[in-house]
Amino acid sequence: MDWYEFLFVIEVAVGGLLSGVMYSLVAIGFVLIYKTSGVLNFAQGAMVLFAALTFVSLVERGVPFALALVITLLIMGLLGLAIERTVLRPLANRSPMTLFMATLGLAWVIEGGAQLIWGTQVHALDLGISNAPFEIGGIFISNFDLVAAALALALVVVLTSFFRFTRTGLSFRAVADDTFAAIAIGLKLNRIQAAVWTAAGVVALVAGLLWGARLGVQFSLSLVVLKALPVLVLGGFDSVPGAIVAGLIIGASEKLAEVYLGPYVGGGIEGWFAYVVALAVLLIRPQGLFGRKITERF
Amino acid sequence: MSDVILQFDDVSVRYSGSITALSGVSLTVRQGEIAALLGANGAGKTTLLKAASNLLPAERGRITGGRITFRGEDVTRKSPDDHIRKGLVPVLEGRRLFKSLTIEENLITGGIGAGLCQSAIRQGLDQVYEFFPRLRERRQSRAGLTSGGEQQMAAIGRGLMARPTVFLLDEPSMGLAPLVVAEIFATLARLNRETGLTILVAEQNSSVALKHALHAVVIENGRSTISGLAADLASREDIREAYLGGAVPAS
Repeated sequence: MDWYEFLFVIEVAVGGLLSGVMYSLVAIGFVLIYKTSGVLNFAQGAMVLFAALTFVSLVERGVPFALALVITLLIMGLLGLAIERTVLRPLANRSPMTLFMATLGLAWVIEGGAQLIWGTQVHALDLGISNAPFEIGGIFISNFDLVAAALALALVVVLTSFFRFTRTGLSFRAVADDTFAAIAIGLKLNRIQAAVWTAAGVVALVAGLLWGARLGVQFSLSLVVLKALPVLVLGGFDSVPGAIVAGLIIGASEKLAEVYLGPYVGGGIEGWFAYVVALAVLLIRPQGLFGRKITERF
Repeated sequence: MSDVILQFDDVSVRYSGSITALSGVSLTVRQGEIAALLGANGAGKTTLLKAASNLLPAERGRITGGRITFRGEDVTRKSPDDHIRKGLVPVLEGRRLFKSLTIEENLITGGIGAGLCQSAIRQGLDQVYEFFPRLRERRQSRAGLTSGGEQQMAAIGRGLMARPTVFLLDEPSMGLAPLVVAEIFATLARLNRETGLTILVAEQNSSVALKHALHAVVIENGRSTISGLAADLASREDIREAYLGGAVPAS
């Protein structure tokens, strides 16, 4: 392998890692809710769409960028509170499958609601981040991807410090460990769930803006969750670091696979390679790389 | 000494509408005493304690007959966290610590659950470490990695953080070596003496429970069968053999 080939591998890998960060971003939203409710929140994709659509519609109606961001943030917070009050509370102590079905229904309600309010057109979203690549040591890196990665990193730092250093964060970790014991010592499950759904809404907003800027804001934006599923399987459903590392692995491996394995099978494997990885992980290590070991006996 | 603080009147409990766990249990706990709730595995001790904290709805069970009153008030009217704020604090069977949190973080959650402020929590930590010095040494360890005895101490400590007036302790001796059990019960007796803490303790290990308790009740198949002074129960050979699993070593 000569020097230029080597640089090319690095470039493909870096590009993959950066796009992987975008997958992690969506996956983190799932992890937060899975840890508190033991449920895969099927509505996460709809929340991503709703956040992006709300923001872009506000901007198109002449609301300044920063104000639109604040308003959308507030709306996502209210949405989280409303979900806790109208969906989670009445279904408290039901089986995870019941809750999962509820989030499925919720996904349709949010998607439908978003389109009812804001319409079904495709919107272009310009965050004012240039997409021009720049060069470092012979490698071209997308400026947009780098900014996206930095934002994702900042979000992770904020979330991590929230869970490490605040009372609500400590309560959240307690609930994630043992929900019944948490109720028994008097922690307020309702309040913690509302906080977590709000946090998931904020994550959805960041993911929605970045994905929306890349793909355009439209109905199919809610399908980015499909890209998060292999990340969750690989990283473990209950681990935030797992979601990040797995996103990076999935991103890099699908790009490298496309370039180096693609030609042998006729190309186009980027779309499904992540699922093959997920399948292999399920066979070998079903709890994922960082997930809690399954120690229950059946 | 004779003020009734917790009263169970003919209590019946069902889970999911069909499984009967208790049918007619009565028991009186007086202010400042240690009361023992004895019975074999599956007799209904845990259910009775959960019913007192109104924790049954979280497991889809409910009181179908009779009533439980804490300071004269029906316990089903208040949520579990309201009870804790009023001083009725459960310590669950099997410790149930938050395993990925450190010992100290586990203790702090007890204070948060009771709605205490930062300085009250710090004060509580000092008090818990005073009663269980071993927890101070292990305070930065993850709870899941500590020994069974340390976990039981931490579970009791987490309860103490809520500033209880009544402790509902479910099988603190479970799976522990006799020396550790003796140490834990000695500390409980000291808490009872020095702070006036009322304790209702459910135990299969009847000899150690009877040694420290003033009153005791035996429940069998969801019914209370015998109750009286702990000293009387401990001295009656027939009761031991019939209800407490026979082979109880003389202490």
